[in-house]
Amino acid sequence: MEAATTPLLPADYLDLFAPLRSGADLRGRIVSVHPETADAATIVIRPGADWAGHVPGQYLRIGIDVDGVREWRAYSLTHGPRADGNISITVKAVPDGKVSNHLVHRAEAGTLVHLEQATGDFVLASKPGKLLFVTAGSGVTPVVGMLRNLFPATDSGVLRLDRSKALDITVVHVAPSRPESIFIDNLHELHEAGAINLVDRYDDVHGVLDIDTLSELVPDLAERTTYACGPGGLLDALAKHHEAAGLELFTEQFRPVVIAAGEGGTVTLEKSGVSLDLDGATTILDAAEQAGVLMPSGCRMGICMGCVLPMREGAVRDLRNGAITTATPGETDNGGVPIQTCISAAAGPCHIDH
Amino acid sequence: MTVITKKAENPTAHLTPEDIEQIGIELDAIRQDIIDSRGASDAAYIRKVVDVQRKLELGSRAVLLASIFPPAWIAGTVGLSVAKILENMEIGHNVMHGQWDWMRDPKIHSTTWEWDNASTAEGWKHSHNQVHHTYTNIVGKDNDLGYGIMRVDEDQRWSPFLLGQPVWNFINACFFEYGIAAYDLELGKNLRIPKEKRSDAFKRNAKNTLKKIRRQATKDYVVHPALSIPTGSFLPTLAANFTANLVRNLWTHSVIMCGHFPEGVETFEKKSIPANETRGQWYVRQMLGSANISGSKPMHLMTGNLSFQIEHHLFPDLPSNRYSEVAPRVQALFEKYELNYHSASLPRQVGSAWHKIVRLSLPNGWLEQTNVKNAPQQFALLYKLTTGGPKVRRAYDAVQRRAENKKLAEAAA
Repeated sequence: MEAATTPLLPADYLDLFAPLRSGADLRGRIVSVHPETADAATIVIRPGADWAGHVPGQYLRIGIDVDGVREWRAYSLTHGPRADGNISITVKAVPDGKVSNHLVHRAEAGTLVHLEQATGDFVLASKPGKLLFVTAGSGVTPVVGMLRNLFPATDSGVLRLDRSKALDITVVHVAPSRPESIFIDNLHELHEAGAINLVDRYDDVHGVLDIDTLSELVPDLAERTTYACGPGGLLDALAKHHEAAGLELFTEQFRPVVIAAGEGGTVTLEKSGVSLDLDGATTILDAAEQAGVLMPSGCRMGICMGCVLPMREGAVRDLRNGAITTATPGETDNGGVPIQTCISAAAGPCHIDH
Repeated sequence: MTVITKKAENPTAHLTPEDIEQIGIELDAIRQDIIDSRGASDAAYIRKVVDVQRKLELGSRAVLLASIFPPAWIAGTVGLSVAKILENMEIGHNVMHGQWDWMRDPKIHSTTWEWDNASTAEGWKHSHNQVHHTYTNIVGKDNDLGYGIMRVDEDQRWSPFLLGQPVWNFINACFFEYGIAAYDLELGKNLRIPKEKRSDAFKRNAKNTLKKIRRQATKDYVVHPALSIPTGSFLPTLAANFTANLVRNLWTHSVIMCGHFPEGVETFEKKSIPANETRGQWYVRQMLGSANISGSKPMHLMTGNLSFQIEHHLFPDLPSNRYSEVAPRVQALFEKYELNYHSASLPRQVGSAWHKIVRLSLPNGWLEQTNVKNAPQQFALLYKLTTGGPKVRRAYDAVQRRAENKKLAEAAA
């Protein structure tokens, strides 16, 4: 077949008609977008034929074109396996969040998105007993995924399945305010049905939660296994607290690395094993060549694309117009973001695959 | 024409160094405006073109399965020709320039793209993006000036071999993709090197190119004709593929000739280019070294927007669908700085380029000085120059140059 389509692959033509077929790169199509709060929405996606399924609490990486640019982000899957075979993620629009705002406010049914298989170790152990979930902000999403799987909500109320009868679950949910809390109605529904014990704390009502007072909110804290999902600050505090108390803790964090552009930085050429300390005015190409690294190069003025290398992590500045390009593991393509080394200077620590 | 520095009236003489840097700043601002406004509609455009091109190719090839029927042959061949032209021009050439890299789509990216052409993407990106776009129209550095087999500038030396260049040019046009592949390999130069001394890079590139040519030819001349056997269409499909490649070659060759060969496009002397040429100076060289083709929207599409050759050379990495938008601003800048914005219709530019190919197949000044009356003497002179060896030709050049200088001196006086 390939002999008939070279230099393209048969897949390039099949993709025109059946992008979700078995054997294609994993993709999905947005089926519907349901607003949850003013700034959060659940997005239901029909995954491609090769979707391998997931366990509640896992997340997936999704690639979507925002203003024409492919962006990748990780989101928790909010449901257990669904009868219709679709998957869903719930996204909260964060201030200045390029992708989250796009998904919540502008995503449309019918859009093709790019997927990776579900992953994540934040799933319930096989024989759970007494559990504590600590969730903050949109960190509630993987937990809701697990709870929905344990306690399916139907029109006639929350089901209590045999497999969930032995569970004793407390959820401590923290958010800036109640209206900004996604899934809070679901949590209350479960609480009222007796499935969970919900302790919700709002910064505007109760003040910012001090982790050291956790044992006051959850008297039997010591008997519980803690699962926590939320921003880095909360998880760090919790880790410290639990370590001091000798308690078990499982955590999940979505945005582990924040790339902030600065002036200059250490550029690491991974395969060459070379690290360079650069100022903000030297091109990566010049500096690497000075250091004796064999670099691909071409016009040296930013037009020929002969010097392009993938940046796995970091930020660079285009010396022609000052534009910043960042590569954040988990948010940008796994292969890295291709950068033109001849016109790029370090704008922070960079890792380049070369 | 003659390199700009040897001209009686250097068209850039009125520009101060400050002007030149200001031109650079203004062009950078135009570039930035487009970069700032690139977005979803541009991405939708290129995906649409790719989608249409692939469906057109599939449809045409499907129709050709029954190419024994003349209407099917005609429709399939026309469709396939258009598909191949779109694939090379609006898609391949522009994607390999990195015009769509900003989308971060690995399927439409300069580092992953391969095109339907004998030349490999890697070889093309080197000879075209790097050498031609950096050293545009510098005699002796930009091999696009005559592709190493033709004389397209007075300052390239004449030899009797060049008498045949209109023929070489036509043959090159028919088999342009192979010409490009040979050119990307610098085949002429490398074949003169003894086999054992050729560089490893050349050997590797030559191997890759041969592999590519074999695959391309197998597809067009074996696989698809073979698929047509059930309807008895082996030969018609073979002919259709050959015709589509021929049409594509003639078309791309014509468009590309229009970019830099028409009369009045400037060329540059190697030694006149400063070692640390500024961005402004580079921009001015690009402005004067290219020519546009005026015409309709479909025409622009079929040329891969190389009809905006000036804009393309100024901003080779901007998305091609935006060239038409920046063209009026670029043209206004030319007018502001009193530079010649070279633009004409396709027939005129093709005619002009061919005129130059014919004119320069003859020694400098010969065609201009020949009329009905002196034709016998002129042909005798041409015979002498052709058979007489380098010394005779140098003497002729000296006479021509002296006459030229005299004319300049008189004009100046």
